[in-house]
Amino acid sequence: MYSVNYHRASSVAEAATLLKSGDAKALSGGMTLLPAMKTRLAAPSDVVDIARIGELKGIKVSGRTVTIGAATTHAEVASSAELKKTAPAVAELAGMIGDPHVRHRGTIGGSVANNDPAADYPSALLALGATVVTNSREIAADDFFTGLFETALEDGEIITAIRFEAPEKAAYEKFRNPASRYAIAGVFVARTGSGVRVAVTGAGENGVFRQGDMEAALAKNFAASAVEGISVSADGLMSDIHASSEYRANLVKVMAKRAVAKAG
Amino acid sequence: MGIEGIGARVARKEDKRFITGLGRYVDDMVVPGMKHAVFVRSPHAHAEIVSIDVSAAQAMPGVIGVLTGKELKADGIGNLICGWMIHSKDGTPMKMGAWSPLAVGKVRYVGDAVVVVVADTKGQARDAAEAVQIEYKELPSVTDASKAMDAGQPQIHPEAENNLIFDWEIGNGDETAAAFTKAAHVVKIDLINNRLIPNAMEPRAALGVYDKAEDHYTCWTTSQNPHVARLVMSAFYNIAPENKLRVIAPDVGGGFGSKIYIYPEEIVCLWASKKTGVPVKWAADRTESFLCDAHGRDHHTHAEMAFDKDHKILGFKVGMQVNLGAYMSLFSSVTPTYLCATLLSGQYNIPAIHANVKAIYTNTAPVDAYRGAGRPETTFVVERMMEVAARQFGMSPVELRRKNFIREFPHQTPVILMYDAGDYDASLDAALKASDYAGFPARKEAAKAKGKLRGIGLSCYIEACGIAPSAAVGSLGAGVGLWESAEVRVNAVGTIEVLTGSHSHGQGHETTFAQLVNSRFGVPLDSVSIVHGDTDKVQMGMGTYGSRSGAVGMSAIAKALDKVEAKAKKIAAHLMEADEGDIVIENGELKVAGTDKKVPWFQLALAAYTAHNLPAGMEPGLKETAFYDPSNFTFPAGCYVCEVEIDPETGVTEIVQFVAADDFGNIINPMIVEGQVHGGIAQGVGQALLEGAVYDAGGQLLTASYMDYTMPRASDLPSFQVSTSNTPCPSNPLGIKGCGEAGAIGSPPAVINAITDALGHEDLVMPATPLKVWNALRKH
Repeated sequence: MYSVNYHRASSVAEAATLLKSGDAKALSGGMTLLPAMKTRLAAPSDVVDIARIGELKGIKVSGRTVTIGAATTHAEVASSAELKKTAPAVAELAGMIGDPHVRHRGTIGGSVANNDPAADYPSALLALGATVVTNSREIAADDFFTGLFETALEDGEIITAIRFEAPEKAAYEKFRNPASRYAIAGVFVARTGSGVRVAVTGAGENGVFRQGDMEAALAKNFAASAVEGISVSADGLMSDIHASSEYRANLVKVMAKRAVAKAG
Repeated sequence: MGIEGIGARVARKEDKRFITGLGRYVDDMVVPGMKHAVFVRSPHAHAEIVSIDVSAAQAMPGVIGVLTGKELKADGIGNLICGWMIHSKDGTPMKMGAWSPLAVGKVRYVGDAVVVVVADTKGQARDAAEAVQIEYKELPSVTDASKAMDAGQPQIHPEAENNLIFDWEIGNGDETAAAFTKAAHVVKIDLINNRLIPNAMEPRAALGVYDKAEDHYTCWTTSQNPHVARLVMSAFYNIAPENKLRVIAPDVGGGFGSKIYIYPEEIVCLWASKKTGVPVKWAADRTESFLCDAHGRDHHTHAEMAFDKDHKILGFKVGMQVNLGAYMSLFSSVTPTYLCATLLSGQYNIPAIHANVKAIYTNTAPVDAYRGAGRPETTFVVERMMEVAARQFGMSPVELRRKNFIREFPHQTPVILMYDAGDYDASLDAALKASDYAGFPARKEAAKAKGKLRGIGLSCYIEACGIAPSAAVGSLGAGVGLWESAEVRVNAVGTIEVLTGSHSHGQGHETTFAQLVNSRFGVPLDSVSIVHGDTDKVQMGMGTYGSRSGAVGMSAIAKALDKVEAKAKKIAAHLMEADEGDIVIENGELKVAGTDKKVPWFQLALAAYTAHNLPAGMEPGLKETAFYDPSNFTFPAGCYVCEVEIDPETGVTEIVQFVAADDFGNIINPMIVEGQVHGGIAQGVGQALLEGAVYDAGGQLLTASYMDYTMPRASDLPSFQVSTSNTPCPSNPLGIKGCGEAGAIGSPPAVINAITDALGHEDLVMPATPLKVWNALRKH
């Protein structure tokens, strides 16, 4: 790690100001940023720790509307009794991220802002049609994830919360990379008042994406058998030593089937 | 067996400090004035070093020295050696290229050390390392040994034409060829034994301290054999004569072979300490471990077996292409030859065997012995062959093996080794019973009903441990003898220190060696201390690898204990006015048999040191030394049965049952033996299902972190069913065979035999990742 200036912000406003200094980076759980800094792959001049800002923490359920503070850890999401009642698929997804250490440090805001193509949350946000709330505006998930590690966030813009309407039915299934245990193919299916969405993470060359054919088929018949006849193209899917694009295409279908079955 | 003696399931004494964080490893060592080293390594697989400019680095804050290979050579530091001479079949010696501790002129793999930076802090050394300017001229590279000998491939060392280091053979080619002409059946297989990265829990580290006042060096190092390190550093690297060099290997967090070898970093730390005038410490980060620790395996093999019409084996013909990486590591030449091809007879009567081994340079990390060292490679060939042959013959793999088992001992194989004892039917029977082999068809049907493919596979392995008779290995090219030493020091109050040349880096010697002493003299384990890992304390030793510490190291201790016992009995006889032959040692007392006369052990020890009343002419004290040179290898053997279920939708293989039935000879501590078997199987399953080093076409290591290199996790493994049925080893006084590597040797073929059974074809290369199994399901 190179030497770096550490700031602990006590409010979002303070964090926003601090982030204007030098080449500053926001630090939430640090589960991506810190390893990158340790291996000298990232070299911010300053880090602004936003993980202890009270207004960024906590889960609120009001009717069917769920709001999760950006600095809420995966473990908090996974264990939330309210969430398990209203949107159990989201709690379950959080419980499948990384390992216990990661889940107790990593946060939903950090994961979403980083937009790792193999991260789990982006698929949930996209499938749920969630809203990303920042300190300056609200961004629809459809517009938020713009590419590998790329988002619609402006420089210095801070995610404050994730908001979504609880789905009627939803589930997440992922196939893990044998080494890293990140998703090779993760599929979040959700049926809401406005239809069915199927979002895929871990597989796409441009990060998280929606699988239109499956959405159409599941809108007609929300059952695993509806996915069976769909052929998933390997075009546009990643290929590496752990999984070819053809294998990922297969896994997208298998995980989708299993997610639909799990959603019931 | 007493409650703490041989055969007792005693909890490990050393674990208290390990699990409470009180172990002392090299990187824990701090000496006054100590500074930190960081190595600048080659980012290229193959390149000429055009120029090195250290001036900017030298000017960085905290920097004490920035040193290059040119300066190292000018100071007369030698090149790294290979400790075993192999001759090609045409009689020419192996063609070894130079390996300078810091590269001179050329780099040959990604990770090759080029420059060392010494600075006040590790961070400063790292900053300065980034400021070292090295201009490279990139050269074409080759990482695949099966292609490296082809025309047009880059020449890695001038000494080894076409990158061929040696072209060695063993066995009898003519007899084997003749056997094939008589064959009713010939079975052929092509196999790849995948390249592995050892991943000991503790990364390598070294601390070099030059003492100007005494003109003396001390080296703390993560070594499995500190005395060998001292010998080699003195004799070949010109660091200092042995009396001026102390090597200490304190607590070491796992080795698996990778810490046998003397690497560039410890040599450079010692040299740099003198050069800069400060103690110099280096500790590898995990990336350096992946890039620069000696890797294991990496064989391409073609094998053919000839059978008569009754399926009895007539002959076995094997050709191996072996990747030794960019440089020849210390035991790289013996691992794929005398530690590998000498076991091609497996557990079977094979009248004629011929093997050819070609060792090849590539632009990859050096490859050397890794848990099993040559025997996993051989076992994979033999046991895949037996399973594939049985399937081709349409007969039970059990029956084919039984038809060919060796049942008379001693048994001379056609490939040097003479097996001294064993009962292969016994371990096969035990494994078949424990695995309910007969019930498999029903389980396969049940799996099918839930959409899973179930398969079962056997592996009847044999290996050679207890290395090794010194004269025998000397005649085969070894640069050292492979005996072991021991010193037993009985203190005046009866407590005992055992000094051993074996080195414990996870094996539990502090417990098992003390159990041996307890069995002999009844002294409680807490009163016995095992001293190892320091050349100033233990005079000489050959270290721990090849499952040799029990069979060879403990035999040396037993020999020294014999001498202590003889002297103690003489003193006791004198004290009790009895005949020496009537003295027996029971429950910590020396007794006159058939009487109530006795002397407690502590009183006897005190008598030896007060020397007030010793037999006439006897020297005071009670301390004895022994060197033990084994008369033969030992031959652990066993049978493993693996059962898998494959999810055809994803290609995921689950091991649903794993049975190990081993013959390890006499057992000192069953709990430690089971732990060794569990760990060995975990590594074998790792090789079969998960682990594999991958270099890209340009020689970059793609699996250089845990993000891409899959280590076995607990969730990848079933609860093992292990048992032993033992035939004592006749070749050493304790009847021990060794258990440290068996799990890693026997398990890969069992796993792959099970998966290929489920698949219904043999077209599968390790590691059988979900991707590969899914592809394999699509191939046929």
